[in-house]
Amino acid sequence: MTESKDGQEQAGLRPPLGIREPRPAPTPRPARAQPAAPREPVFELRDVAVAYGSKLAVRDISFDINRNEITALIGPSGCGKSTLLRCLNRMNDLIPQATVSGRVAYHGQDIYAPEVDAVEVRKRIGMVFQKPNPFPKSIYDNVAFGPRVLGMKGDMDEIVERALTHAALWDEVKDRLRTNAFGLSGGQQQRLCIARCLAVEPDVILMDEPCSALDPISTGKIEDLMLDLRDDYSIVIVTHNMQQAARVSDRTAFFTVTDERVGVMVEIGATERIFTDPSDERTEAYVTGKVG
Amino acid sequence: MIGRRPVARRAQDLGFRLVLLACLGLYFLLLGVLLYDVVRDGVGHLDLGFLTSFTSIDADKAGAEAALWGTVWLMGICIVFIVPVGVATAVYLEEFADQSRWWNRLIEVNIQNLASVPSVVYGILGLAFLVRGPLSLGNTVLAGGLTLGLLVLPVVIIAAREAIRAVPPSIREGSLALGATQWQTVWRQVLPAAIPGIATGVILALSRAIGETAPLIVVGAATVITFNPSGLDSQFTALPIQIFDWISRASNDVNDYRPLAAAGILLLMILLLLMNSAAIWLRNRYEQKW
Repeated sequence: MTESKDGQEQAGLRPPLGIREPRPAPTPRPARAQPAAPREPVFELRDVAVAYGSKLAVRDISFDINRNEITALIGPSGCGKSTLLRCLNRMNDLIPQATVSGRVAYHGQDIYAPEVDAVEVRKRIGMVFQKPNPFPKSIYDNVAFGPRVLGMKGDMDEIVERALTHAALWDEVKDRLRTNAFGLSGGQQQRLCIARCLAVEPDVILMDEPCSALDPISTGKIEDLMLDLRDDYSIVIVTHNMQQAARVSDRTAFFTVTDERVGVMVEIGATERIFTDPSDERTEAYVTGKVG
Repeated sequence: MIGRRPVARRAQDLGFRLVLLACLGLYFLLLGVLLYDVVRDGVGHLDLGFLTSFTSIDADKAGAEAALWGTVWLMGICIVFIVPVGVATAVYLEEFADQSRWWNRLIEVNIQNLASVPSVVYGILGLAFLVRGPLSLGNTVLAGGLTLGLLVLPVVIIAAREAIRAVPPSIREGSLALGATQWQTVWRQVLPAAIPGIATGVILALSRAIGETAPLIVVGAATVITFNPSGLDSQFTALPIQIFDWISRASNDVNDYRPLAAAGILLLMILLLLMNSAAIWLRNRYEQKW
């Protein structure tokens, strides 16, 4: 099973998604060479809780997100991992009655402090959404929109080319930059959304199930892209696909939902350990496919 | 065995279909008779001379120049007034207003109601507040255009709100996630995407305004005028007013004003048809599929 999976991967194919039968835990990628110095945290979450009105969505979340790592948030539906992700760039501000308590520190600064502007937060912390959401404009204007509204200096053509190249899309679109982005395939649209995000030179990229609307080949391209981007960015990805978490992430946080329908984090650790030697039996049951 | 339906059932089906066709036929018949009657009376008069002569006691020499230009001025003033005010109101209600506040809900309900207020009431409003009263603009084309603008403003607001609402939330999220402010998001993403819908709404609103007669009579549009509006403070007439005037004049063997009225109606209908075609073209050409 494991060997055949690797063979499929090399051929650019992925195992079919959504199979819920018990299966061996997916094999994580070989761990990359560990850096000499301990990694610096980008985010430090302490006792974070999010409520919609009087309904608590997640509570007691405390963990760190490290620089130049891919952190995966996994867990069953309703466990609040997307909610938590949206706390990190204050997208939850858009939902009336959403309240965040606890401390979400970004490079040591509480992003929910009264003097912090959500717009300033989002300039530094980009986001890629579940469904590709290109603007109804040309490919060029999609990428140029962010730099333009932020008033970034420099040659716009260069900024656009750099972002598209970085998102591994340049060669496919360089001859039709002025055509509408809706003419791209779903996978290209999602890479365009990543390029759009890279164009404003963020520090962190949040990805909310970025491949759930894509076919396995497009998924593979986005995963390769994430591994490339890791050297320059810190990435947090929410995924329902455990194979994906195992393939791309350095660290994995497992979330679950309590009997009161509140999301909590069970454990976080190196991806290899979470998938092969989890310390909590709920994690083990989930990653081996016995539940969830 | 599966065979034919019983005769009674088939007869019932056929009968029902015939009733529907008869209703449709009656409607087309009435419309056809009306159109035929107007075209027969008016088409002879509808030439360049009709468009370039002022009204006159001599029916043969009379034309609709003043009325046509009056209508053009009214529509121009109307558009300048309703587009910014209507779009701004729609943007506020859709993007900024907190729907849980009672005053925002009150505004919403009121706009729905204002759309169905009889037009003559707007005429009285125009007379009391624009022609006389606080603004005291007099019987001018500006007062007339603004009155028509007030009349169709609710239509524009409702159409613009629907166009704005049709822009999916994912576009707003995508823009905000890049660090754009809410204002930049509305101005650079939401409004451009909503323009075709807004433009269609504005044209349909104007096509309602162009045929309005009652409010213009109340705010004091003139009937016999032999000059075109020269500025916002000019006196004016408009096509529906001119048509009404020609119809209400007594005709005799020497002076028959009825063909003039028919020609005026044709002119108004052609303008309407052009505007509605433009609206349909805009909608089909620029409609965004999400």
